[in-house]
Amino acid sequence: MTPNDTLIGAGFADPVFQSQGAFRALLAALSEPGLAYDISVSVETPVGLEPATAVALLTLADYETPIWLPAALRDGPAGAWLRFHCGATLVEYPARAAFAVIDGAGTEPKLAAFNAGDDQFPDRSTTVLVQCAGLEGGATVTLEGPGIPGQRAVAPAGLRPEFWAEVEDNAALYPLGVDLLLVHGAQVLGLPRSTQIVEAR
Amino acid sequence: MTVHQSITDETRPAYNYAYLDEQTKRMIRRALLKAVAIPGYQVPFGSREMPLARGWGTGGIQVTAAIIGPDDTLKVIDQGADDTTNAVSIRRFFERTADARTTEATDEATIIQTRHRIPEAPLKAGQIMVYQVPQPEPLRKLEPREAETRKMHAWAEYGLMQVKLYENIARFGEVTTTYDYPVMVNGRYVMAPSPIPKFDNPKMQMSPALQLFGAGREKRIYAVPPHTSVRSLDFDDHPFRIQSWEQPCALCGAADSYLDEVVIDDQGGRMFVCSDSHHCETRRADGHRGAMLADASALHLVEDEAKP
Repeated sequence: MTPNDTLIGAGFADPVFQSQGAFRALLAALSEPGLAYDISVSVETPVGLEPATAVALLTLADYETPIWLPAALRDGPAGAWLRFHCGATLVEYPARAAFAVIDGAGTEPKLAAFNAGDDQFPDRSTTVLVQCAGLEGGATVTLEGPGIPGQRAVAPAGLRPEFWAEVEDNAALYPLGVDLLLVHGAQVLGLPRSTQIVEAR
Repeated sequence: MTVHQSITDETRPAYNYAYLDEQTKRMIRRALLKAVAIPGYQVPFGSREMPLARGWGTGGIQVTAAIIGPDDTLKVIDQGADDTTNAVSIRRFFERTADARTTEATDEATIIQTRHRIPEAPLKAGQIMVYQVPQPEPLRKLEPREAETRKMHAWAEYGLMQVKLYENIARFGEVTTTYDYPVMVNGRYVMAPSPIPKFDNPKMQMSPALQLFGAGREKRIYAVPPHTSVRSLDFDDHPFRIQSWEQPCALCGAADSYLDEVVIDDQGGRMFVCSDSHHCETRRADGHRGAMLADASALHLVEDEAKP
């Protein structure tokens, strides 16, 4: 490890307004599933996190919200960066996490490994940030549900083959289930548990 | 020990932007995102002390404070009116603490905080309604124990609510609930729409605006995303009906808006006027004239735009 690896990059320059702007994008993304929203705020993103992932976690995570990261990220600069800026605990078990970051193309962990909430407190489920290769250009999937007038088509790229089947299983748990934010670059696309997959091709 | 803080630098306020500290905002924002993901479900949150009493809209204020930014234009209404005490003081609160741009025009607002009404002008995509909610639990009057109502929501056990509406019909021939009329959201959760008149319930159905609800005393936040099914509970043989009036608004002549009854003398005289003050003013400015506008104008109660 070179000394540079231990340097922690800067977070928000203006925490109040940058987090407010980012939150409104996240709120819009989850209330209108399938639409991509921009949360471009310049922060010194650590290796392994997409810029939008880093901004979303800076906006929402703190000492009350355990975060799950893949082991490689957890032990690397990304883990150190989140510990420092958010004060969040990094947990080993996916089911303990309030927020999680996964690689959309990776095979593990499955969405079912995260906390889906319980029937009396479905709000205690994990919010999973899925880092993928692009929010368009992949196979088209048609969505339906709250926040969508009629139907809406999305085509995120670089997701594991069984991803949409997992999303379907997750939606079947409604009102339980994890809420997904697909992330690429500075963009974020919401897929809350309330969204149904009509057709995946 | 008491710490006395003296503020020497007058350019900086002694509190954070929009009054709440960032930690509190994050907590409310997380609750809002979960509320949006589970439409109609009441998310518990750590309601803070606000500089006004519980019951004066502290839930709505906390929600607004967590979402408002420099790009927003805020409208605040109280029973439809922009110029009543609660609306004026909340608007002033955000002008002071968040340097907010405020408006009375429904179509100019990006955030509309409301107590007990939905504006008559149709809402647009991108607008956010923030409702002040006194009692978020629609089942509370039927079942006082929180542990029980939580199970009823968990298992979608809503028979008790249907029985209550049925008993209403059996005794009075119709459902007598006229405000806070329970709704079914996204086919799953029964939700209290806050004490809006049932006249406003149909406006929630598939609304293009995002609707957020904050109950400060009861410490609950819930939400209805845009384009979400919000169905008022009813029966096949007793379909849901909204209020209607025999006369139009006495000031602007509107026949399709929610009217307030105003007693005008001690001889039994009364008039019906729009509860949405901005809607009524807009219509009068457009030249619509109600039967009593000339009288009210002569008494300087309202301005008659059409008068030379």
